[in-house]
Amino acid sequence: MEPLTWTGSLSFLNILFQGALVLLMLMVVVQILVSFFATVGARAVNPDGSLSASSGVSGFVGMIVNGLFWITLGLLLVYLAGGFMMGTNAGIIGAVSRQMLPVWLALVVTFILSITYKRKLGLYGKLFDSTVGMIGFAIVMFWVFTGIFGGVFDILVTHDSLSQMSGMKNKLPGTPLARAGEEEFQWFLLGGDNLARDVFSRLIKGSWVVVQIAPLATLFAFMVGITLGLPAGYYGGRLDTFLSFLANLILAFPVILLFYLLVTPEIVQTGIPNYMAVFLFVFPLVFVTILLNSRYYTQPSFRTPLLFVVLGVLGWLYLSLVSTNGAIVDAPTYRIPGLPAVIDLFDIDPGILVVFVSVVFVNSPTVFRIVRGLAMDIKTRDYVAAAQTRGEGPWYIMLWEILPNARGPLIVDFCLRIGYTTILLGTLGFFGLGLESESPDWGSTINAGRRLLSLYPHAAIAPALALLSLVLGLNLLADGLREESLRD
Amino acid sequence: MGIFILRRLGVMLLTALCLTFIVFWLTNLYPNLEKLAKTQGNFRMSDAAVESYLGNRGYLQPTWDKFGEWLGVMPGWVTETEDGKVFGRCFQDGTPEEERATFCGILQGDWGVSTVFKDDVSSTLLTRLALTGKLMLWVLILMVPTALIVGVLAGMKEGSKLDRSLSTFSIATTATPEYVSGVIFIAVLASSRFGISPWLADMGWIDSKTLFLGSATSAMEDANFWNFFLPVLTISLYGMGYIARMTRASMTEVMTAQYIRTARLKGVKFSDIVLKHALRNALIAPFTVIMLQIPWLLNGVVIVETLFNYKGFGWLLVQAASNNDIELLLAVSVVSVVVVLVTQLISDIGYVYLNPRIRIT
Repeated sequence: MEPLTWTGSLSFLNILFQGALVLLMLMVVVQILVSFFATVGARAVNPDGSLSASSGVSGFVGMIVNGLFWITLGLLLVYLAGGFMMGTNAGIIGAVSRQMLPVWLALVVTFILSITYKRKLGLYGKLFDSTVGMIGFAIVMFWVFTGIFGGVFDILVTHDSLSQMSGMKNKLPGTPLARAGEEEFQWFLLGGDNLARDVFSRLIKGSWVVVQIAPLATLFAFMVGITLGLPAGYYGGRLDTFLSFLANLILAFPVILLFYLLVTPEIVQTGIPNYMAVFLFVFPLVFVTILLNSRYYTQPSFRTPLLFVVLGVLGWLYLSLVSTNGAIVDAPTYRIPGLPAVIDLFDIDPGILVVFVSVVFVNSPTVFRIVRGLAMDIKTRDYVAAAQTRGEGPWYIMLWEILPNARGPLIVDFCLRIGYTTILLGTLGFFGLGLESESPDWGSTINAGRRLLSLYPHAAIAPALALLSLVLGLNLLADGLREESLRD
Repeated sequence: MGIFILRRLGVMLLTALCLTFIVFWLTNLYPNLEKLAKTQGNFRMSDAAVESYLGNRGYLQPTWDKFGEWLGVMPGWVTETEDGKVFGRCFQDGTPEEERATFCGILQGDWGVSTVFKDDVSSTLLTRLALTGKLMLWVLILMVPTALIVGVLAGMKEGSKLDRSLSTFSIATTATPEYVSGVIFIAVLASSRFGISPWLADMGWIDSKTLFLGSATSAMEDANFWNFFLPVLTISLYGMGYIARMTRASMTEVMTAQYIRTARLKGVKFSDIVLKHALRNALIAPFTVIMLQIPWLLNGVVIVETLFNYKGFGWLLVQAASNNDIELLLAVSVVSVVVVLVTQLISDIGYVYLNPRIRIT
């Protein structure tokens, strides 16, 4: 087997692509320079009295930049589309592109559906009016689909992410397997790492870890932040002083010190993460209970069964989440029994649980401060005063008057915070905390790859770029959402 | 103003106390102590040996007592072993009776002894802090002006091409954590086999093998552009985007103000409007942001010092935390809390100074 080159039989396009890319960058710089001397082209008065102006130099440069941009994009598409057709004949990029086929299909379907029905989809639909937002959404969904297809259905990966292949240690991208079986995939598309595992498959498996933990942890942090921030902002006074002091206390910790204190095997032994899980994960329950009760307490015949069902389901999930092997805390010296293993829906790996808990813990004070600030601002509005005059209870006002009106900034911050949580997860992996060392998540992979960085950079570069693109996508998405939510 | 500062100082002290107690409590949990005993003694210690090791060294007292001793408000522990040796928290074996101090905590200026470095915590901390101070100084020198220039240029004309490009740049930098940009920089600029260094070396444009050095260990004694630029750049880049975006927001707000329109209508040159009229008011908000960004830089410092092997404060934190070096870790957290709270205080006071519309009562 020949080693694969990056572009394979499409390499005749490379010179074109590079040329277009270099020219594009050059023209963008020229465009910026030109914009300093804002030249307006010649103006002419038409016979009917209207004015027409030529676009001048800057318009001309703008046209070139636009053209070059589309050429570059088109060539990129050719590389990818060539991959569907030719697979490994189109080099590494082609092979990766074919491997990712389900993801491309899912992306296309999502976009077609969303753009068709965008007027009926509220804020989500408005996202498709902003280019930046669409680019961000595409990148984020790319990784979400990659995570789901690769992590749950196991279809994108070429090799097992943990098995080591003989003779593949630190091999460059596109190296053929030394002794490949008949039905095995014949290449390591993105090379091998220092333990001779396939970087490409680990990249895809790693995306599942992030896609699983980051949004969920952010959601929990929001639940904690909202449940504590609303009363702090609405009531003010002693409660506010106390909660703000606690929040500032946690924020005064350097994040990494906190991680080192919370996420070590010794601390896991003491059961502290479990206690924190018990405490932090109860907030969604509290939130939903207050939310429903404050709305329906005037109709007890409806409220009571509703709360019964909702709390039953949530409580079951909550107990499943916090208890492992029939125990909530399982320290060497004592044991607090939890849900019996028979009706326990799922078990969380203790490593993942401690990472999850500490990420929620680090994020919630910031959310608390944002919500508190918003609540303090909104409680002075007239509609809050109207609700107070109507005699609504304080929790009804907080959750059904203030919270919906604070949703814009909160949604934007939610996107940004998922990105930040991704960065935090990477930081944990980078310091080798929490997840096991063979875990394929991006932070741990970067940590493993950085030791040989100047000799074999590909093992660390691939997850680094993946993490960068996901966080960038989330930031762009947040930017698009902010733009669109400000518009109305 | 005086009362405001006093009250803030009080809150600061309380926060520092709570925080150190949390660190103290977490590091003094039994599994952590057991690990400490095993790394300090030997790994095959029996449970009884661990117990006596810890007991002799005062680790098994109640947490509050130990915390009081560390603070210097309770008398230090004294152990008399069976073979007649007497030693304690404040003195070693063989110190004459009259020279033995009773109290030795941070109130007495004694920060304790590091178990990893076998040295005084205060001297270890000071050397490392000096090294990190050097790093931070250069980071600020690079980051602040660049961020302000980027922000002002972008905010000057909202929606222009320049604004779009610079805003994209700032979003990209905020999306790149230090461990990603550092890895990319090392691979592209500091590898003798990949990136642009081999190419530059072939062309004969650089004398050494690589454009930059991928390790900053040599920069501890002798920092120069070649071995120190990459760590500085890596830290600055992550913080830069945020400051630039805040500067841009503040600049666009100022540029729509009435007095700017008046100046334009009077026919003042655009460069004069930006430099003389807008800039001063636009720089109030970024000042606060820069001050509040400094504690965040601390995180970057830890990552970058680990990645580039620069043995400063961040490296010390990692060493202390991974070896459960209790007294060193406490000192490290005191320093970082003080940094966080002092920068907050400075930003509040500075904001009042710069913005005469705000008065603190």
